[in-house]
Amino acid sequence: MNNYAPPPPQVEDRTDDGTELIEGVSIRDLNFYYGSSKALKDVSMSLYKNKATAFIGPSGCGKSTLLRVLNRMYDLYPGQRATGEVMFDGINILSPTQDTNLLRSRIGMVFQKPTPFPMSIYENIALGVRLYERMPRAALDERVESALRRAALWDEVKDKLDTSGLSLSGGQQQRLCIARTVAIKPEVILLDEPCSALDPISTARIEELIDELKADYTIVIVTHNMQQAARVADYTAFMFLGELIEFDSTDRLFTTPRDKRTQDYITGRFG
Amino acid sequence: MNSVYRARRRRNWIAMSLSLVATLFGLGWLVLILAVLLWEGVGGLSLQVFTEMTPPPGSAGGLLNAIVGSLILTVLAVAIGTPVGILAGTHMAEYGRYEKLTSVVRFINDILLSAPSIVVGLFVYEVMVVPMGHFSGWAGAVALALIVLPVVVRTTEDMLNLVPNPLREAAVALGMPRAYVIRHVCYRAARAGMLTGVLLAVARVSGETAPLLFTALNNQFWGANLNAPMPSLPVVIFQFALSPYEDWQKLAWTGALIITVTVLALTVVARFLAASRKEQ
Repeated sequence: MNNYAPPPPQVEDRTDDGTELIEGVSIRDLNFYYGSSKALKDVSMSLYKNKATAFIGPSGCGKSTLLRVLNRMYDLYPGQRATGEVMFDGINILSPTQDTNLLRSRIGMVFQKPTPFPMSIYENIALGVRLYERMPRAALDERVESALRRAALWDEVKDKLDTSGLSLSGGQQQRLCIARTVAIKPEVILLDEPCSALDPISTARIEELIDELKADYTIVIVTHNMQQAARVADYTAFMFLGELIEFDSTDRLFTTPRDKRTQDYITGRFG
Repeated sequence: MNSVYRARRRRNWIAMSLSLVATLFGLGWLVLILAVLLWEGVGGLSLQVFTEMTPPPGSAGGLLNAIVGSLILTVLAVAIGTPVGILAGTHMAEYGRYEKLTSVVRFINDILLSAPSIVVGLFVYEVMVVPMGHFSGWAGAVALALIVLPVVVRTTEDMLNLVPNPLREAAVALGMPRAYVIRHVCYRAARAGMLTGVLLAVARVSGETAPLLFTALNNQFWGANLNAPMPSLPVVIFQFALSPYEDWQKLAWTGALIITVTVLALTVVARFLAASRKEQ
């Protein structure tokens, strides 16, 4: 590589149109280990409320790992651990005393492959809702409907809510997963390459959806696809070999990257 | 056609022929067994078989007490073995997947799975029949439960291991606690496979004779009393088939046919369920 020292990743605290940015999640000196191998090195960055932030970078750069730290998904597996600080709503979510179930109900996640549960479309959404809220059947029906509308799926499934979620097409399944996440009213939604298993038309629908969801949620999206990052994200973080190389508004990162590695990656010279 | 290709075709033909012969050899015995069973057993099938008690030699009778005894023993064995097996399998697949204890338990469970059933019978004889002082239905049910247990443990663990991790992660990502994920998502996904395992266990114990010889023994009369020796189809077949009386031998054939058809039906249902799981 080179000896070029990257400038500390920083963003001005105002957006280009002058509105103030509110920090939703603040990551400080985050290190992550799979057993003895270090997958994230001293990552520090902010995720802003009601903005979409994209993580880009070549395979194995740690972007998915970073995403999975934000809802402590790594807790499920032995030998994976994180050090540092991730502040969310005044608490360090890496703290061992953090209730991970509660955390995950506030920071939702959508995965690379659609993962509908083996039950009806209705139950797919109601299952998570019932866990945290007691409500009469009518209110639950309403919640299911509004979540499906939110995910632009209602018109396609309103007449077959009792059929299995597995009977839907891949793109519909992914929207069902988004509806399921939205239904429990999280504050942050993490998307881990949500379109990589989908055709271009389904991808376009999901991207539209992400754009709409920004109004109510803080969005973080991991993507392999730089055009996608450019299309949906307000901010983009470029990661390489476990390090955060550059973090800036998407416009600036793609037009005037400060780091040579960022420039090489976005112009397709490696990765 | 060049010589390399010709030689390969020849080898292919030989291998295919040998495979076919092996298949026919294996299937042939199965067909023969079924044919003999049908030939000898169908003649004895009548309403009487299902409505009358096992007779003394020389008089007419049926297999009612043996059939009912077998049903009671099997149901009890499944009722004891299945919950324990499912709980153990769940722990191994969901909570202890990465623990050393799990591989030790799996190894021991596999030994139990392949243990000769007569050893299981002897064991229960020592721990239950001897202290109680008499043979009993309870001892028979426990012996059969010990045979059900490893089958259910194994299939539960295997089926839960087949549930893809992303599905678990997706459920966890909605804020579901571990136990909730297992009950509402993993069991739902693995249900058909787990049920198949239970049915296969039922099929296996409904034909077991050896463990019952030492535990439930037999009874010529109506007996729903679990504290007394209890009749069962396999033991009645064993006893009647060895007897010199022709009418007893005939009843034994009929009993064997009933067991075989029942087990066959259970296996077909199990396969059907397994197939419908794949379609999902």
